[in-house]
Amino acid sequence: MTPLFDGIASFAQGRDSRKFSIEEAVRSCLDRIENLDPELGAFLSLNPNAVNRARQLDNRMARNPAQSPFYGYPVAIKDNLHVAGMPTTCASRMLANYRPLENATVVDRLLKAGAVILGKTNMDEFAMGSSTENSAMGVTRNPWDTRRVPGGSSGGSAVAVASDMAPMALGSDTGGSIRQPAAFCGVLGLKPTYGRISRYGLVAFSSSLDQIGPFARRAQDALEMMLVLSGPDGRDMTVASRNPEEMRRDFASEVRGMVIGMPEEFFSDGLDDGVRVSLERAREVLAAEGAEFRPVRLPSAQYGINVYYLIATSEAASNLSRYDGVRYGYRSLKASNIRDLYTHTRQEGFGPEVKRRILLGTFALSAGYQDQYYRKAQQVQSLIREEFDRAFHEVDMLFAPTTPTPPFLFGEKSSDPLAMYLSDIYTISANLAGLPALSVPSWPTAEGLPVGAQLIGPAWSEGRLLKVASVLEEAVGVRRPPMTGERQGGEAA
Amino acid sequence: MKLTHDQVTHVARLASLSLTPEEEAHFAEELSQILDYVENLNRLMLPPPGLHVGDGVSDPTPLHPDIPRPSVPVEEALSNAPDRSGQFFRVPRILEEGR
Repeated sequence: MTPLFDGIASFAQGRDSRKFSIEEAVRSCLDRIENLDPELGAFLSLNPNAVNRARQLDNRMARNPAQSPFYGYPVAIKDNLHVAGMPTTCASRMLANYRPLENATVVDRLLKAGAVILGKTNMDEFAMGSSTENSAMGVTRNPWDTRRVPGGSSGGSAVAVASDMAPMALGSDTGGSIRQPAAFCGVLGLKPTYGRISRYGLVAFSSSLDQIGPFARRAQDALEMMLVLSGPDGRDMTVASRNPEEMRRDFASEVRGMVIGMPEEFFSDGLDDGVRVSLERAREVLAAEGAEFRPVRLPSAQYGINVYYLIATSEAASNLSRYDGVRYGYRSLKASNIRDLYTHTRQEGFGPEVKRRILLGTFALSAGYQDQYYRKAQQVQSLIREEFDRAFHEVDMLFAPTTPTPPFLFGEKSSDPLAMYLSDIYTISANLAGLPALSVPSWPTAEGLPVGAQLIGPAWSEGRLLKVASVLEEAVGVRRPPMTGERQGGEAA
Repeated sequence: MKLTHDQVTHVARLASLSLTPEEEAHFAEELSQILDYVENLNRLMLPPPGLHVGDGVSDPTPLHPDIPRPSVPVEEALSNAPDRSGQFFRVPRILEEGR
């Protein structure tokens, strides 16, 4: 059960020295999925052509050496990103049988680099949630403690990487949906700058906030994947024409002399002691490396949740109006006229959290309330952006917890939407400001539960964030959940 | 802000969602709580009117080049249809009898 390789450098080396074939590498992941996933539930579907593709890549490599570190690399894809030939369900009854016609741009780029797609991963329905409990397809468990949630909405991708079923995965992050599950599962997760990566082929939730990003064990791996994914494609016109190579250059920068801000509002009363202690240790490591820490204030950031649940739900209400049962997706069989077709289809096809958000967003945009809610939320969003801008005149990046608590138990928050929303309190403001942010594993709590340290930077600073993350990664060491280790193979304890 | 039963029904109609009576009662309660929470935005000093989202973004979004391309073939477009008839999506009658 030991993984054949550990990260993309070790994979490329093993592949090029013929220590293992691509087929063996892919099979080793599929074997782990077969062994571990019945309990963990990270995958919604597997790619039936994964082994075939691996063989084809092996054959091609016999004639030409591999051109990309991703050549033959197995990856998992969140089930709201299109992979032609596989379902895209968004973990919703509404899209249970939907098959996309083409690949998302990010999937196309990974395939061009030679990656092998293992399967599609579980998530909260339409990426709405923080625990993956809102999936209509099943439960995903945290490999560190299977009584606990993996976080969400990209819970399946986080679990796949944390348990070495896939060495890397893609997720999407609208209010923390990559960083929060990365923190809960003890892996690295990066939400890029708004405009770094094309969302073409990502099922839209809140288009002014959605970003696609990687899950990885190592900062170096996340960097390599960012280089493959980034840049304009002519299909998502919000992508900026920046040279992705700037990230490689920034990744080579020195931590010594960096000025790192600690936003007081992110270390206030609601923060769990175990998380606080872990973060303090991480701060000491970075300080010992020569980073200078400085307190900063982001007074409006505490309103991020309020702003988010007006803006994201308003955009969701609009984006999800396309599910009407006419051209694709679920259709209610109860309807005898067109109006009932829409309303029954949506009643039966959407789960409770999706309905809640559609209703909230529709209300926030409705006549008489738009100025009071939606417009006000946009004004406060501008305030939050300005405060970040001011902070980045004084510091190179911000250091904060990713989540207020370690992973919580199943059912702990699922009946209280507000309590669930508050688990994203530290991640949401980066989305509202369009900034890059990542979660990197810090030291676990005394109970052995994962803790994430969050780094938030100015626009286009992913390379620097990953550099600082790599320093923490070296100090903390790459840790693996006990249930996924060699002991799993049946050795005597 | 307390949402009334009628307001939830109205919003559900705008959102093309049919709700069961239990759902209506439940969402009225829950949405009221959420709105109470988000309303503390009113305590903030807001920037003067006229400041919009996107003002901080230096580059305007570029326009898509206007180049004609072939559209999705009919068979592919219909491949996910819940119901079809020949080259068309089939839906229940739209015009009511006698109109």
